[in-house]
Amino acid sequence: MTEGADKLKFAFYWAASCGGCEIAVLDINEKILDVVDAADILFWPVAMDIKYKDVEAMDDKYIDVCFFNGAIRTSEQEHMAKLLRAKSKTLIAFGACAVNGGIPGLANLANREEIFKTAYLENPSTDNPEKVTPKTSVDVKEGTLTLPEFYDTVKSLAQVVEVDYYLPGCPPPPWLILDAIEAIVQNNLPPKGSVLAPLKCVCDECRFKKVEKKIGEIKRVYEVEKIEDKCLLEQGIICMGPATRGGCRARCLDANMPCTGCGGPAPNVSDQGAKMLTALASILGLDVEDKMSEEDMAELIEKVRDVAGTFYKYTLPTSLINRKVMK
Amino acid sequence: MPEEFEPKIIGFLCNWCSYAGADLAGTSRTQYPPNVVFIRVMCSGRIDAQFILKALKEGADGVLIGGCHFGDCHYQSGNYKAYRRVLLTKKLLAELGVEPERVRFEQISASEGEKLARVVRDFIEEIRALGPNPIAGGGND
Repeated sequence: MTEGADKLKFAFYWAASCGGCEIAVLDINEKILDVVDAADILFWPVAMDIKYKDVEAMDDKYIDVCFFNGAIRTSEQEHMAKLLRAKSKTLIAFGACAVNGGIPGLANLANREEIFKTAYLENPSTDNPEKVTPKTSVDVKEGTLTLPEFYDTVKSLAQVVEVDYYLPGCPPPPWLILDAIEAIVQNNLPPKGSVLAPLKCVCDECRFKKVEKKIGEIKRVYEVEKIEDKCLLEQGIICMGPATRGGCRARCLDANMPCTGCGGPAPNVSDQGAKMLTALASILGLDVEDKMSEEDMAELIEKVRDVAGTFYKYTLPTSLINRKVMK
Repeated sequence: MPEEFEPKIIGFLCNWCSYAGADLAGTSRTQYPPNVVFIRVMCSGRIDAQFILKALKEGADGVLIGGCHFGDCHYQSGNYKAYRRVLLTKKLLAELGVEPERVRFEQISASEGEKLARVVRDFIEEIRALGPNPIAGGGND
Protein backbone atom coordinates (compact mmCIF):
# COMPACT_ATOMS: atom_id res chain seq x y z
CA MET A 1 0.00 0.00 0.00
CA THR A 2 1.54 3.27 -1.02
CA GLU A 3 0.74 6.48 0.72
CA GLY A 4 -1.04 8.95 -1.52
CA ALA A 5 -0.35 12.60 -0.78
CA ASP A 6 -4.00 13.62 -1.18
CA LYS A 7 -5.47 10.60 0.54
CA LEU A 8 -6.91 10.50 4.03
CA LYS A 9 -5.04 8.54 6.66
CA PHE A 10 -7.05 6.04 8.73
CA ALA A 11 -6.12 3.88 11.71
CA PHE A 12 -8.06 1.08 13.39
CA TYR A 13 -7.37 -0.24 16.85
CA TRP A 14 -8.91 -2.78 19.21
CA ALA A 15 -8.80 -2.68 22.99
CA ALA A 16 -11.05 -4.76 25.30
CA SER A 17 -13.32 -6.17 22.61
CA CYS A 18 -14.23 -9.46 20.99
CA GLY A 19 -13.01 -8.72 17.46
CA GLY A 20 -16.52 -8.36 16.09
CA CYS A 21 -15.98 -4.68 15.36
CA GLU A 22 -13.03 -5.61 13.12
CA ILE A 23 -15.31 -7.92 11.16
CA ALA A 24 -17.93 -5.15 11.03
CA VAL A 25 -15.49 -3.01 9.05
CA LEU A 26 -15.45 -5.78 6.44
CA ASP A 27 -19.25 -6.07 6.54
CA ILE A 28 -19.32 -3.07 4.25
CA ASN A 29 -18.25 -5.64 1.62
CA GLU A 30 -17.02 -4.28 -1.71
CA LYS A 31 -17.35 -0.73 -0.41
CA ILE A 32 -14.09 -1.37 1.46
CA LEU A 33 -12.46 -0.79 -1.96
CA ASP A 34 -13.92 2.73 -2.05
CA VAL A 35 -12.54 3.27 1.44
CA VAL A 36 -9.09 2.21 0.31
CA ASP A 37 -9.46 4.54 -2.69
CA ALA A 38 -10.17 7.46 -0.41
CA ALA A 39 -7.87 6.63 2.46
CA ASP A 40 -4.65 4.90 3.36
CA ILE A 41 -4.85 2.61 6.34
CA LEU A 42 -1.71 3.27 8.37
CA PHE A 43 -2.37 1.10 11.39
CA TRP A 44 -4.66 -1.90 11.84
CA PRO A 45 -3.17 -4.62 14.06
CA VAL A 46 -5.72 -7.25 13.05
CA ALA A 47 -4.86 -6.94 9.36
CA MET A 48 -1.41 -5.37 9.04
CA ASP A 49 2.03 -6.02 10.41
CA ILE A 50 2.90 -2.73 12.00
CA LYS A 51 4.35 -2.05 15.43
CA TYR A 52 3.41 0.35 18.19
CA LYS A 53 6.77 2.08 17.73
CA ASP A 54 5.77 2.96 14.16
CA VAL A 55 2.78 4.84 15.58
CA GLU A 56 4.97 6.44 18.25
CA ALA A 57 7.27 7.72 15.47
CA MET A 58 4.42 9.56 13.72
CA ASP A 59 3.98 13.31 14.15
CA ASP A 60 1.09 14.41 16.36
CA LYS A 61 -2.22 14.60 14.45
CA TYR A 62 -0.62 12.69 11.56
CA ILE A 63 -3.57 10.25 11.34
CA ASP A 64 -6.77 11.87 10.05
CA VAL A 65 -9.29 9.47 11.59
CA CYS A 66 -8.78 6.68 14.12
CA PHE A 67 -11.56 4.14 14.63
CA PHE A 68 -11.05 2.78 18.13
CA ASN A 69 -13.07 -0.21 19.28
CA GLY A 70 -13.09 -1.89 22.67
CA ALA A 71 -13.21 -0.72 26.27
CA ILE A 72 -10.19 0.18 28.41
CA ARG A 73 -9.27 -2.39 31.05
CA THR A 74 -5.47 -2.70 30.88
CA SER A 75 -2.55 -0.29 31.00
CA GLU A 76 -1.64 -1.25 27.42
CA GLN A 77 -5.09 -0.24 26.18
CA GLU A 78 -4.91 3.01 28.09
CA HIS A 79 -1.47 3.72 26.61
CA MET A 80 -2.73 3.04 23.08
CA ALA A 81 -5.83 5.19 23.63
CA LYS A 82 -3.64 8.11 24.70
CA LEU A 83 -1.12 7.50 21.92
CA LEU A 84 -3.75 7.28 19.18
CA ARG A 85 -5.54 10.33 20.58
CA ALA A 86 -2.32 12.32 20.26
CA LYS A 87 -1.59 11.05 16.76
CA SER A 88 -5.14 11.48 15.37
CA LYS A 89 -7.04 14.57 14.27
CA THR A 90 -10.36 12.77 14.81
CA LEU A 91 -10.95 9.91 17.22
CA ILE A 92 -14.10 7.81 16.82
CA ALA A 93 -15.27 5.47 19.57
CA PHE A 94 -16.33 2.52 17.42
CA GLY A 95 -18.83 0.03 18.80
CA ALA A 96 -20.61 -0.49 22.12
CA CYS A 97 -17.45 -1.28 24.12
CA ALA A 98 -15.59 1.90 23.17
CA VAL A 99 -18.76 3.99 23.46
CA ASN A 100 -20.16 2.68 26.77
CA GLY A 101 -17.87 -0.10 28.01
CA GLY A 102 -19.95 -2.84 26.40
CA ILE A 103 -20.04 -6.44 27.56
CA PRO A 104 -16.49 -6.24 29.05
CA GLY A 105 -17.93 -3.44 31.21
CA LEU A 106 -19.96 -6.02 33.11
CA ALA A 107 -16.64 -6.95 34.71
CA ASN A 108 -17.34 -3.89 36.87
CA LEU A 109 -19.63 -6.22 38.85
CA ALA A 110 -16.39 -7.72 40.18
CA ASN A 111 -12.77 -6.59 40.50
CA ARG A 112 -9.37 -7.87 39.43
CA GLU A 113 -8.97 -10.13 42.43
CA GLU A 114 -12.34 -11.84 41.91
CA ILE A 115 -11.85 -12.13 38.15
CA PHE A 116 -8.39 -13.67 38.51
CA LYS A 117 -9.67 -16.05 41.16
CA THR A 118 -12.48 -17.26 38.92
CA ALA A 119 -10.56 -17.33 35.65
CA TYR A 120 -7.25 -18.77 36.84
CA LEU A 121 -8.05 -20.73 39.99
CA GLU A 122 -11.66 -21.74 40.50
CA ASN A 123 -13.17 -22.57 37.13
CA PRO A 124 -13.99 -26.31 37.03
CA SER A 125 -11.99 -26.72 33.82
CA THR A 126 -8.93 -24.90 35.19
CA ASP A 127 -5.83 -26.95 35.99
CA ASN A 128 -3.41 -24.62 37.73
CA PRO A 129 -1.71 -26.49 40.62
CA GLU A 130 0.93 -23.78 41.09
CA LYS A 131 -1.82 -21.16 41.36
CA VAL A 132 -0.24 -18.88 38.76
CA THR A 133 -2.11 -15.63 38.14
CA PRO A 134 -1.00 -12.81 35.81
CA LYS A 135 1.71 -10.54 37.22
CA THR A 136 2.86 -7.28 35.69
CA SER A 137 6.46 -8.52 35.78
CA VAL A 138 8.28 -11.74 36.49
CA ASP A 139 11.98 -12.51 36.58
CA VAL A 140 13.18 -15.52 34.61
CA LYS A 141 16.75 -16.51 33.88
CA GLU A 142 16.63 -14.77 30.49
CA GLY A 143 15.58 -11.48 32.10
CA THR A 144 12.37 -9.75 33.17
CA LEU A 145 9.08 -10.48 31.44
CA THR A 146 6.27 -7.97 31.68
CA LEU A 147 2.52 -7.92 31.12
CA PRO A 148 0.20 -4.91 31.05
CA GLU A 149 -1.56 -4.12 34.31
CA PHE A 150 -5.15 -5.36 34.55
CA TYR A 151 -7.41 -2.68 36.10
CA ASP A 152 -10.16 -3.21 38.64
CA THR A 153 -12.57 -1.02 36.70
CA VAL A 154 -13.38 -1.12 32.99
CA LYS A 155 -13.76 2.29 31.35
CA SER A 156 -15.22 3.57 28.12
CA LEU A 157 -12.84 5.30 25.69
CA ALA A 158 -14.20 8.75 26.55
CA GLN A 159 -13.45 8.14 30.24
CA VAL A 160 -9.76 7.93 29.31
CA VAL A 161 -9.26 10.37 26.43
CA GLU A 162 -11.30 13.00 24.59
CA VAL A 163 -13.49 11.37 21.94
CA ASP A 164 -14.77 13.26 18.89
CA TYR A 165 -17.55 10.94 17.67
CA TYR A 166 -19.42 7.87 18.82
CA LEU A 167 -20.49 5.05 16.52
CA PRO A 168 -22.62 2.72 18.64
CA GLY A 169 -23.75 -0.87 18.14
CA CYS A 170 -22.46 -4.34 18.88
CA PRO A 171 -21.07 -4.19 16.27
CA PRO A 172 -22.02 -0.97 14.46
CA PRO A 173 -24.19 -1.87 11.46
CA PRO A 174 -22.53 -1.52 8.04
CA TRP A 175 -24.85 1.29 6.89
CA LEU A 176 -23.86 3.44 9.88
CA ILE A 177 -20.19 2.74 9.20
CA LEU A 178 -20.64 3.74 5.56
CA ASP A 179 -22.55 6.90 6.50
CA ALA A 180 -19.72 7.82 8.85
CA ILE A 181 -17.01 7.18 6.26
CA GLU A 182 -18.97 9.12 3.65
CA ALA A 183 -19.30 12.06 6.05
CA ILE A 184 -15.55 11.92 6.72
CA VAL A 185 -14.64 11.80 3.03
CA GLN A 186 -17.01 14.67 2.20
CA ASN A 187 -15.84 16.61 5.25
CA ASN A 188 -19.45 16.73 6.38
CA LEU A 189 -19.28 15.43 9.95
CA PRO A 190 -21.76 16.77 12.53
CA PRO A 191 -20.54 18.82 15.54
CA LYS A 192 -17.94 17.13 17.70
CA GLY A 193 -19.34 14.90 20.41
CA SER A 194 -22.16 13.64 18.18
CA VAL A 195 -23.35 10.08 18.07
CA LEU A 196 -23.24 8.97 14.44
CA ALA A 197 -26.67 7.33 14.52
CA PRO A 198 -30.27 8.54 14.11
CA LEU A 199 -32.14 10.45 16.84
CA LYS A 200 -34.70 7.71 17.29
CA CYS A 201 -35.09 4.72 19.53
CA VAL A 202 -35.11 1.12 18.34
CA CYS A 203 -38.93 0.89 18.59
CA ASP A 204 -39.21 3.43 15.80
CA GLU A 205 -37.58 0.95 13.42
CA CYS A 206 -39.16 -2.19 14.85
CA ARG A 207 -41.61 -4.18 12.71
CA PHE A 208 -43.83 -5.40 15.56
CA LYS A 209 -47.25 -3.86 16.14
CA LYS A 210 -47.51 -1.70 19.22
CA VAL A 211 -50.94 -2.03 20.81
CA GLU A 212 -51.00 -1.25 24.51
CA LYS A 213 -48.09 -1.29 26.89
CA LYS A 214 -48.98 -3.47 29.85
CA ILE A 215 -47.54 -6.73 31.07
CA GLY A 216 -49.07 -9.36 33.32
CA GLU A 217 -45.79 -11.08 34.05
CA ILE A 218 -42.22 -11.25 32.83
CA LYS A 219 -41.34 -14.11 30.53
CA ARG A 220 -37.92 -15.17 29.37
CA VAL A 221 -37.46 -15.84 25.68
CA TYR A 222 -37.42 -19.61 26.06
CA GLU A 223 -40.75 -19.55 27.90
CA VAL A 224 -42.60 -18.10 24.93
CA GLU A 225 -43.61 -20.84 22.51
CA LYS A 226 -44.93 -18.71 19.72
CA ILE A 227 -44.06 -15.08 19.15
CA GLU A 228 -47.15 -13.07 18.23
CA ASP A 229 -47.04 -10.18 15.84
CA LYS A 230 -46.94 -7.54 18.54
CA CYS A 231 -44.40 -5.67 20.63
CA LEU A 232 -42.26 -8.15 22.59
CA LEU A 233 -42.60 -6.06 25.74
CA GLU A 234 -46.37 -6.45 25.46
CA GLN A 235 -45.77 -10.21 25.33
CA GLY A 236 -43.85 -10.04 28.60
CA ILE A 237 -40.34 -10.28 27.14
CA ILE A 238 -37.91 -7.64 28.39
CA CYS A 239 -36.89 -5.65 25.31
CA MET A 240 -34.56 -2.67 25.69
CA GLY A 241 -35.92 -0.99 22.54
CA PRO A 242 -37.65 2.00 24.20
CA ALA A 243 -34.46 3.14 25.97
CA THR A 244 -32.01 2.28 23.18
CA ARG A 245 -30.77 4.43 20.32
CA GLY A 246 -31.79 3.08 16.94
CA GLY A 247 -30.00 3.07 13.63
CA CYS A 248 -29.72 -0.71 13.73
CA ARG A 249 -33.00 -1.12 11.78
CA ALA A 250 -34.10 -3.35 14.67
CA ARG A 251 -32.22 -6.33 13.25
CA CYS A 252 -32.59 -8.43 16.40
CA LEU A 253 -36.35 -7.92 16.37
CA ASP A 254 -36.41 -9.14 12.78
CA ALA A 255 -35.01 -12.38 14.15
CA ASN A 256 -37.73 -12.47 16.86
CA MET A 257 -35.20 -11.64 19.56
CA PRO A 258 -35.58 -8.73 21.98
CA CYS A 259 -33.30 -5.72 21.86
CA THR A 260 -30.58 -6.03 24.49
CA GLY A 261 -29.53 -2.40 24.24
CA CYS A 262 -26.24 -2.35 22.29
CA GLY A 263 -27.06 1.03 20.72
CA GLY A 264 -26.60 2.69 24.10
CA PRO A 265 -28.93 5.25 25.63
CA ALA A 266 -31.58 6.85 23.44
CA PRO A 267 -31.11 10.60 22.86
CA ASN A 268 -31.73 12.65 26.02
CA VAL A 269 -31.29 9.61 28.26
CA SER A 270 -28.26 9.66 30.53
CA ASP A 271 -28.64 6.23 32.10
CA GLN A 272 -30.08 3.63 29.73
CA GLY A 273 -30.54 0.94 32.35
CA ALA A 274 -32.37 3.16 34.84
CA LYS A 275 -34.56 4.52 32.08
CA MET A 276 -35.59 1.07 30.92
CA LEU A 277 -36.03 -0.17 34.47
CA THR A 278 -38.35 2.79 35.03
CA ALA A 279 -40.36 2.03 31.91
CA LEU A 280 -40.64 -1.66 32.70
CA ALA A 281 -41.76 -1.09 36.28
CA SER A 282 -44.48 1.23 34.95
CA ILE A 283 -46.12 -1.33 32.71
CA LEU A 284 -45.56 -4.44 34.82
CA GLY A 285 -48.85 -5.42 36.46
CA LEU A 286 -50.49 -2.18 35.32
CA ASP A 287 -53.87 -3.83 34.72
CA VAL A 288 -54.28 -5.43 38.10
CA GLU A 289 -52.28 -3.14 40.37
CA ASP A 290 -55.30 -1.97 42.37
CA LYS A 291 -56.03 -5.58 43.30
CA MET A 292 -52.45 -6.37 44.29
CA SER A 293 -50.95 -6.26 47.75
CA GLU A 294 -47.46 -4.89 48.29
CA GLU A 295 -46.28 -8.50 48.56
CA ASP A 296 -47.86 -9.36 45.20
CA MET A 297 -46.03 -6.46 43.58
CA ALA A 298 -42.78 -7.52 45.21
CA GLU A 299 -43.28 -11.02 43.83
CA LEU A 300 -43.87 -9.64 40.35
CA ILE A 301 -40.71 -7.53 40.50
CA GLU A 302 -38.75 -10.49 41.89
CA LYS A 303 -39.29 -12.23 38.52
CA VAL A 304 -36.94 -9.74 36.88
CA ARG A 305 -33.70 -11.68 37.06
CA ASP A 306 -30.19 -10.21 36.90
CA VAL A 307 -31.19 -6.55 36.93
CA ALA A 308 -27.70 -5.15 36.27
CA GLY A 309 -26.96 -7.69 33.53
CA THR A 310 -30.29 -7.12 31.81
CA PHE A 311 -30.51 -3.35 31.88
CA TYR A 312 -26.80 -2.47 31.78
CA LYS A 313 -25.59 -5.16 29.41
CA TYR A 314 -23.56 -2.64 27.40
CA THR A 315 -23.43 0.50 29.53
CA LEU A 316 -22.39 -0.24 33.10
CA PRO A 317 -19.10 1.76 33.00
CA THR A 318 -20.86 4.92 31.76
CA SER A 319 -23.98 4.58 33.90
CA LEU A 320 -24.66 6.67 36.99
CA ILE A 321 -23.33 3.90 39.23
CA ASN A 322 -20.42 2.65 37.16
CA ARG A 323 -19.42 -0.40 39.17
CA LYS A 324 -20.26 -2.62 42.09
CA VAL A 325 -19.14 -1.43 45.49
CA MET A 326 -16.71 -4.10 46.67
CA LYS A 327 -16.79 -4.96 50.34
CA MET B 1 -14.68 9.33 61.67
CA PRO B 2 -13.66 12.65 63.22
CA GLU B 3 -17.15 14.20 63.29
CA GLU B 4 -20.42 12.47 63.84
CA PHE B 5 -21.96 11.40 60.57
CA GLU B 6 -24.98 13.49 59.62
CA PRO B 7 -26.99 11.79 56.88
CA LYS B 8 -28.08 13.81 53.87
CA ILE B 9 -31.50 12.79 52.60
CA ILE B 10 -33.22 13.80 49.38
CA GLY B 11 -36.99 13.45 49.49
CA PHE B 12 -39.19 13.47 46.41
CA LEU B 13 -42.75 14.29 47.42
CA CYS B 14 -45.83 14.28 45.25
CA ASN B 15 -47.70 17.54 44.97
CA TRP B 16 -51.13 16.26 45.94
CA CYS B 17 -50.51 14.14 49.02
CA SER B 18 -47.02 13.94 50.51
CA TYR B 19 -45.94 17.52 49.83
CA ALA B 20 -49.24 18.73 51.23
CA GLY B 21 -48.48 16.47 54.20
CA ALA B 22 -45.10 18.18 54.60
CA ASP B 23 -46.87 21.54 54.41
CA LEU B 24 -49.18 20.41 57.17
CA ALA B 25 -46.20 19.34 59.26
CA GLY B 26 -44.82 22.85 58.73
CA THR B 27 -47.98 24.76 59.57
CA SER B 28 -48.53 22.50 62.60
CA ARG B 29 -44.95 23.23 63.71
CA THR B 30 -44.15 19.54 63.87
CA GLN B 31 -40.43 19.17 64.46
CA TYR B 32 -38.13 16.94 62.43
CA PRO B 33 -34.36 17.12 61.89
CA PRO B 34 -33.06 19.28 59.04
CA ASN B 35 -31.16 16.46 57.30
CA VAL B 36 -33.75 16.16 54.55
CA VAL B 37 -34.23 18.32 51.47
CA PHE B 38 -37.56 17.90 49.75
CA ILE B 39 -38.17 18.21 46.04
CA ARG B 40 -41.75 18.56 44.92
CA VAL B 41 -42.86 16.62 41.89
CA MET B 42 -46.37 16.58 40.47
CA CYS B 43 -46.70 12.84 41.06
CA SER B 44 -44.51 10.11 42.52
CA GLY B 45 -44.99 8.44 39.13
CA ARG B 46 -42.79 11.20 37.71
CA ILE B 47 -39.80 9.83 39.59
CA ASP B 48 -37.47 8.13 37.19
CA ALA B 49 -34.97 5.60 38.58
CA GLN B 50 -32.36 7.97 37.11
CA PHE B 51 -33.35 10.57 39.74
CA ILE B 52 -32.76 8.10 42.55
CA LEU B 53 -29.39 6.94 41.23
CA LYS B 54 -28.29 10.49 40.50
CA ALA B 55 -29.21 11.62 44.00
CA LEU B 56 -27.13 8.77 45.45
CA LYS B 57 -24.22 9.44 43.11
CA GLU B 58 -24.18 13.12 43.95
CA GLY B 59 -23.99 12.58 47.66
CA ALA B 60 -27.39 11.72 49.13
CA ASP B 61 -27.10 9.04 51.81
CA GLY B 62 -30.75 8.16 51.43
CA VAL B 63 -33.62 8.86 49.05
CA LEU B 64 -37.19 9.09 50.31
CA ILE B 65 -40.10 8.91 47.91
CA GLY B 66 -43.46 10.03 49.17
CA GLY B 67 -46.63 9.32 47.25
CA CYS B 68 -50.36 9.11 47.90
CA HIS B 69 -51.87 6.04 49.52
CA PHE B 70 -52.61 3.26 47.06
CA GLY B 71 -55.94 3.95 45.39
CA ASP B 72 -55.68 7.69 46.11
CA CYS B 73 -53.27 8.81 43.38
CA HIS B 74 -54.41 12.04 41.77
CA TYR B 75 -53.40 10.51 38.43
CA GLN B 76 -54.80 7.08 39.32
CA SER B 77 -51.71 4.89 39.07
CA GLY B 78 -48.59 7.03 39.56
CA ASN B 79 -47.92 5.80 43.08
CA TYR B 80 -48.16 2.15 42.05
CA LYS B 81 -45.62 2.81 39.32
CA ALA B 82 -43.36 4.60 41.77
CA TYR B 83 -43.60 1.72 44.20
CA ARG B 84 -42.67 -0.88 41.59
CA ARG B 85 -39.80 1.30 40.39
CA VAL B 86 -38.49 1.61 43.91
CA LEU B 87 -38.66 -2.18 44.32
CA LEU B 88 -36.75 -2.75 41.08
CA THR B 89 -34.24 0.00 41.85
CA LYS B 90 -33.58 -1.58 45.26
CA LYS B 91 -32.89 -4.88 43.52
CA LEU B 92 -30.41 -3.15 41.22
CA LEU B 93 -28.71 -1.39 44.13
CA ALA B 94 -28.30 -4.68 45.98
CA GLU B 95 -26.58 -6.15 42.90
CA LEU B 96 -24.29 -3.11 42.80
CA GLY B 97 -23.30 -3.51 46.45
CA VAL B 98 -25.28 -0.48 47.67
CA GLU B 99 -27.63 -1.03 50.62
CA PRO B 100 -31.19 -1.09 49.22
CA GLU B 101 -32.44 0.41 52.50
CA ARG B 102 -31.08 3.73 51.26
CA VAL B 103 -34.19 4.06 49.11
CA ARG B 104 -37.56 4.16 50.78
CA PHE B 105 -41.12 4.54 49.51
CA GLU B 106 -43.82 5.82 51.82
CA GLN B 107 -47.51 6.55 51.38
CA ILE B 108 -48.23 9.85 53.06
CA SER B 109 -51.53 11.69 52.62
CA ALA B 110 -52.18 15.42 52.87
CA SER B 111 -53.53 14.96 56.38
CA GLU B 112 -50.53 13.00 57.66
CA GLY B 113 -48.10 15.71 58.69
CA GLU B 114 -47.26 13.71 61.80
CA LYS B 115 -46.56 10.61 59.77
CA LEU B 116 -44.24 12.57 57.46
CA ALA B 117 -42.24 13.83 60.44
CA ARG B 118 -42.12 10.34 61.94
CA VAL B 119 -41.00 8.75 58.67
CA VAL B 120 -38.27 11.36 58.24
CA ARG B 121 -36.96 10.87 61.79
CA ASP B 122 -37.06 7.13 61.44
CA PHE B 123 -35.34 7.16 58.04
CA ILE B 124 -32.57 9.48 59.23
CA GLU B 125 -31.80 7.12 62.11
CA GLU B 126 -31.84 4.12 59.80
CA ILE B 127 -29.40 5.83 57.43
CA ARG B 128 -27.26 7.01 60.33
CA ALA B 129 -26.88 3.40 61.37
CA LEU B 130 -25.94 2.42 57.80
CA GLY B 131 -23.25 5.09 57.58
CA PRO B 132 -22.21 7.24 54.62
CA ASN B 133 -23.28 6.26 51.14
CA PRO B 134 -20.35 4.38 49.54
CA ILE B 135 -20.90 5.84 46.07
CA ALA B 136 -21.31 9.48 47.07
CA GLY B 137 -19.45 11.86 44.82
CA GLY B 138 -19.19 9.29 42.04
CA GLY B 139 -15.71 8.35 43.30
CA ASN B 140 -16.33 4.67 42.81
CA ASP B 141 -13.22 3.19 41.21
